[in-house]
Amino acid sequence: MNVLIDNREVFLEGFKNTGILFIFSAFFSLILGTIVAGMRVSPAPAMRAAGTFYVNAVRNTPLTLILAFFALGYPKLGLPDINFMNAAIIGLSLYTATYVSEAIRSGINTVSVGQSEAARAIGLPFMQTLSLIVLPQAFRSVVPPLFSVFIALLKNTTVAAGFSVIEAGSIRSTLSDLGEPLLPGLLWVALIFVVLVLGILSPLQRYLEKKWRVAR
Amino acid sequence: MSAVLFDVPGPKARTRNVYLNIATIIVVVGIIGFILYRFYESDQFTAQKWEIFTFPRVQQTFLKAIGATLSAFAVGAVGSLVLGVLLAFGRLTDSKWVSRPCYWFTELFRAIPLLILMMIMYYGLPSAGVKGITPFIAVVVGLILYNGSVLAEVFRAGIESLPKGQREAGLAVGLTKGQVLRSILLPQAVRAMLPVIIAQLVVIMKDTALGFLITYDEIMKYANFLGSQVQYGSPVVPALMVAAVLYVGMCLILSGLAKYTERKMSSRVKVIKAKAGMAG
Repeated sequence: MNVLIDNREVFLEGFKNTGILFIFSAFFSLILGTIVAGMRVSPAPAMRAAGTFYVNAVRNTPLTLILAFFALGYPKLGLPDINFMNAAIIGLSLYTATYVSEAIRSGINTVSVGQSEAARAIGLPFMQTLSLIVLPQAFRSVVPPLFSVFIALLKNTTVAAGFSVIEAGSIRSTLSDLGEPLLPGLLWVALIFVVLVLGILSPLQRYLEKKWRVAR
Repeated sequence: MSAVLFDVPGPKARTRNVYLNIATIIVVVGIIGFILYRFYESDQFTAQKWEIFTFPRVQQTFLKAIGATLSAFAVGAVGSLVLGVLLAFGRLTDSKWVSRPCYWFTELFRAIPLLILMMIMYYGLPSAGVKGITPFIAVVVGLILYNGSVLAEVFRAGIESLPKGQREAGLAVGLTKGQVLRSILLPQAVRAMLPVIIAQLVVIMKDTALGFLITYDEIMKYANFLGSQVQYGSPVVPALMVAAVLYVGMCLILSGLAKYTERKMSSRVKVIKAKAGMAG
């Protein structure tokens, strides 16, 4: 207990930045993932191919490597500077977007064919069929897998600690510098994650799943 | 699948698709071109930065690093599968004293970030007096605890999705509960869940890269080391490119191998079914 109370500044700072990483990455990956999912079901073969290539390439690359590229490789390219926090957000968003797109794509496939046939019958073009009829329904059946993706994202934010971002994963090195006992510190970090995941996100997932369940 | 969203294209839609295709190709070529141009412009393709990869010593160490990644993956994968099966069986036993702890175990280890788990193993335990924890042990135990818990859920979902008659028939011919689980339910559950199991194996392969952050000498760590060699122009980007190609290649081979076995298995089922059909 003492480790947590004595170093509450360290823990607060760390989990605040974890929260920032999580919220921004979730937001951007949701947008990008939806676009990629749309590309993967589009009528144009080149769009489908581009979406599939992106998903396959990024999903088979470790997150560690993607974050390493944005933290260590990007500054060598002579592009506008980004700080480590933004680099981590970009990396996490690009990585998570592929999982979001797969979740949404499988959700699109659960919408019955009759829905989009009806939409086409009343003359809606592809974009409107997708955005007005199919996606609103797909999003509901997508909620449980999407939540799992975001729970994974929350846990993945810890990897950013390896690339100079001060967050929950880097509490260990801070405590180490302060000469605090490491095992209790790390167990506290683990416990806070357990509370965040099992205490907040999972119940929320079950609640939304129940609330938005649609009869098919 | 895609036919859900659009009809067979008519003449107008076909021309529109052509435009869409062209636009997509322009955008994609633009993005890739810009990246390559930036790489070129910032001298990532100069011979100096790639020279280091031509040294036999460097190549040999790279092979060693690949071996380290693969051995962590192999031990982690086998361990996770075994732990997953044990936990799934534990959760399905009638005794609450076994199934409850197994449930909490899976929930707990799925909620802790894998990196934190590895840090607890590698930094936490030695500071509390536990000796002999190498980075390899920390990586592998972390992988097994986390992925074993995930796979336990997969196996359990697979077993519970089977028709009730399977279990009842097994019990009816006089098998014990354990025998029903082992020789009737588990093989079918594995077959049904094969795509998910394989996806999880790819995750294990990727997660070995976390070992880099707790100083395990694998591909990422070596690539990072090469990237910091100033006398060869700090080839960070080339080293990361090599590492990326290795990882993507290994993951694609793994999923390709998995798809192959899946096809083999499902074709065998079809043969059995076809024979059964003829007999009936």
